[in-house]
Amino acid sequence: MARFFVALVSLAACLLGPAAMAQGVVKIGVILPYSGQFADTATQIDNGIRLYLAEHGDTVAGKKIEIVRKDVGGVAPDVAKRLAQELVVRDKVDMLAGFVLTPNALAASDVSVQAKKPMIIMNAATSIITTKSPYSVRVSLTLPQVCESLGHWAAKNGISQAYTMVSDYAPGHDAEQAFQRAFKAAGGTIVGEVRFPVNNPDFSAFVQRAKDTNPQSIFIFVPAGEQPAALMKTFSERGVLGSGIKILGTAEAVSDAALKSMGDAAIGIITAGHYDREHQTRINQEFVRTYQTANGGLYPDFLAVGGYDGMHLIYEALKKTSGNTEGDAFIGAVKGLSWESPRGPVEIDPETRDIIQTIYIRKVGKVEGQLANVEFDKIPRVKDPVKAAMAK
Amino acid sequence: MMKAANLVALPHQHLAAQRRWQPLETAFWAATLLPFWLAPTHLVLASQIAITALFALSLDLILGYAGLISLGHAAFFGSGAYCAGLIARAGWGEPLSGLLVATAVAAVFGYASSFIIVRVNHLALIMVTLGLGLMLYEAANRAGWLTGGDDGLQGVSIWPILGRFDFDLYGYSAYGYSLAVLFVSFLFARRVINSPFGLSLRAIRENRARMPALGAPIRARLRTVYTIAAALAGTAGALSAQTTQFVALETLSFQRSAELLVMLVLGGAGRLYGGLAGAIIFMVARDQLADLNPQYWYFWLGLMLIVVVSFLPNGILGGLAALLGERGRQ
Amino acid sequence: MLGHLFGVLFDGLAYGMLLFVLSVGLSVTLGLMNFVNLAHGSFAMLGGYVCVTLMRQAQWPFLVTLPASFLAAAAASVALERALYRRLYRASDLDQVLMTIGVVFVSVAVAAYLYGTTQQPVELPAFLRGNVHLVGLDLGRYRLFLISTAVVITVALMLSIERTRWGAQIRAAVDNQRMARGLGIDVDGVFAVTFAIGSGLAGLGGALAIEMVGLDPSFAFKYLVYFLIVVSLGGLGSITGSFAAAALLGISDVAGKYYIPEFGAFLIYLVMITFLLWRPAGLFGRR
Repeated sequence: MARFFVALVSLAACLLGPAAMAQGVVKIGVILPYSGQFADTATQIDNGIRLYLAEHGDTVAGKKIEIVRKDVGGVAPDVAKRLAQELVVRDKVDMLAGFVLTPNALAASDVSVQAKKPMIIMNAATSIITTKSPYSVRVSLTLPQVCESLGHWAAKNGISQAYTMVSDYAPGHDAEQAFQRAFKAAGGTIVGEVRFPVNNPDFSAFVQRAKDTNPQSIFIFVPAGEQPAALMKTFSERGVLGSGIKILGTAEAVSDAALKSMGDAAIGIITAGHYDREHQTRINQEFVRTYQTANGGLYPDFLAVGGYDGMHLIYEALKKTSGNTEGDAFIGAVKGLSWESPRGPVEIDPETRDIIQTIYIRKVGKVEGQLANVEFDKIPRVKDPVKAAMAK
Repeated sequence: MMKAANLVALPHQHLAAQRRWQPLETAFWAATLLPFWLAPTHLVLASQIAITALFALSLDLILGYAGLISLGHAAFFGSGAYCAGLIARAGWGEPLSGLLVATAVAAVFGYASSFIIVRVNHLALIMVTLGLGLMLYEAANRAGWLTGGDDGLQGVSIWPILGRFDFDLYGYSAYGYSLAVLFVSFLFARRVINSPFGLSLRAIRENRARMPALGAPIRARLRTVYTIAAALAGTAGALSAQTTQFVALETLSFQRSAELLVMLVLGGAGRLYGGLAGAIIFMVARDQLADLNPQYWYFWLGLMLIVVVSFLPNGILGGLAALLGERGRQ
Repeated sequence: MLGHLFGVLFDGLAYGMLLFVLSVGLSVTLGLMNFVNLAHGSFAMLGGYVCVTLMRQAQWPFLVTLPASFLAAAAASVALERALYRRLYRASDLDQVLMTIGVVFVSVAVAAYLYGTTQQPVELPAFLRGNVHLVGLDLGRYRLFLISTAVVITVALMLSIERTRWGAQIRAAVDNQRMARGLGIDVDGVFAVTFAIGSGLAGLGGALAIEMVGLDPSFAFKYLVYFLIVVSLGGLGSITGSFAAAALLGISDVAGKYYIPEFGAFLIYLVMITFLLWRPAGLFGRR
């Protein structure tokens, strides 16, 4: 009997030994789509991570930070789950981070639960993600946060009718429902809606249908990439822009690439977003400057901020736990954390582990001769409305 | 009359010879057990390779042996996956019975679509399979209430296999389960190919016009093999759903069908092991390359494909066979 | 209301014409050389990037970059044909598929490496922007430009096929390769020239497409499906077939989305499948 216990203890010692040796290092497994059609999202987030490390050094709370990067290639939840498993089992990471796409984040959450590892979500914006694992925390945004804010604001600011046009996939549905819900609750009427196929190359039919109903405003949501520009160009061609119809959208619709493609036709488009590089605070101007210097003149966007703030969260939490990365301790430290980010003031909701932040209402205008999103209104301390409703 | 008897006996002798197990085959299957000891942290990858190998095997049946090029085979993979996932979500998490039901459902889909498939050839066939696959993808995207849409199917929870083997983080059960199903399916496919039915498929592939003269019902044969292939693809899909406990739209996607085609041709179509070889080589190469170079790994993968085609025609196994002086495709 | 419909149909036609310019090369080479060149999209992508580079680095005007894109893609196709494709003319369809997919992978990686993965917008000259008011309709200038360019190309192609010696040689080679060789026609030379022109047109299409559908490294893959649809519906080796199929595709896609948007993407696939079941060789194909 005694021999059995001795064997057991030595076995345990052997297993714990190597782990004990690695105590001076905190390994973070970053899962992003480095290749494929979402590669530039991964580049921006990675740049944000790198910038934070360059500014704050790679040591915190006596531990050295090591990043292990894995490419998930696009929407591939089985790959994401496998990579998460391999990061935990093979590379022995202490936490998982990254996640641009919702299905990948959802699949990897299983691993986070099983292995009790913290998971920092730096972009994926579907509300339910943080409910899948008690060890996950999000620093980016949720789509309903933005869309409900916009819907509510629009109805309270003189827009009484809206026609919604969204891409026919889950984020599009989320955006549509969130906007419509808040818009109607604040007194607005939805005069029509349409969903276009995800890889839709030609928008004329849909835009013409929208124009036929002659709405006061049109709410749009399309994934980033070539679609926002294509849609906006169609709006311009079909005479929607400049006809008095207000265009309401999210940050994707007015990204740099989209604005460049639209030209002056874009002036007047109203969007709601949580980060814009024109945000006038010292912290943000500093952030934009150092980001540009480090990345050859490239402007940061909300993805870069997601990566940057994600690292900040990790550092602050580690300081609080004195380097302890154990799941419950780390997440305990994360709850209620608040700081001033380049985007504005942010907090982590202790109940949902999701981000609470200010949503800005912006209009496209000219700043020093260039097109930019100019903030002119804001809604502070917005929590994720979907989870808030679920809690009731 | 001896000659007539000979003519009948020859094919059967040939088939009997084919059915015997070669030492290389036994070695291969023994080697599939090695990862348990040699690569215990890679078992999840190994299970995904086994699943893809089964998927590739199913495509080989119609592409390599019957000569039907399909760019929409993922439709059956995804159908099997969603079926298994939905059964588990509804509360019945027993893996083996879920697997069988998913296989049956995929077979039904295969049988239904086979009526359309056998009517066309060449480019039209490719485009019809592509179109059917894309339509199913769209339908699944729309039916978000059923499939979870873009977010994927949540709440798939599978009970331990045979009541004992839990699906753990390391992937022991996942690999063991996938490997076992792959082996059993392989035995079945092997038996089908090395039978008079299998011979007739090859004949149809080589010279469709002549087959009716021999009295062989082409369309019925093609429909049968298409149904079998769909069933096996569904099995692979169900395995994927059960081992990852998640089902996403991309199981039905064009990318999956296209990648599968690449893997099969890479390994060598028309050789029973071509799909398996192609799946192993492609997925291991992709995994290693992605580790080395997360952003541009597909450059090296593309280069590998070009090199393989330039020097090893008829896929890797085909090229090896040519090098070793064997006969061409059986 | 009808005016709106015409406007929408016009847009659909323009989109179809873009598809035509992009796909006609694939149809001819598939029909003529029986070579499955899935890297056709890569030539289109090359043309697009050449256009963008010339406009940005060398400040060339947009219209001048178009022939440059054509020539660049044609030159690349000649190089590729000599280096790689030539060896595979006798190989099986599947080997050709594998090889050309390898080429696509490599080209996408190179494009991502050189240009990054973000969209490459292009600035059109002023006379191609905005709308023009014709017969009571608002027609996009760029779309008008696309349609006219496509018509000019079609006429040029048809004339050369029907009226020139080279065109006669192509027709002979398509009809019966062996006989054509027997008559002393340099079939390989005809192949090479046709392939170059087909790929060049893809490059031109790629440059034209930027304004409509954008440009990024995944272009080569994304539109492959559409090219295949146009080619299979039009019939291999037929220019008029590709024209008709592309126009039909563009218009029916748009009309479908206007009247029954819930049907969305289904319509094209359904149309394609039913059409192919009825006429497997396409509109004007042989086989």
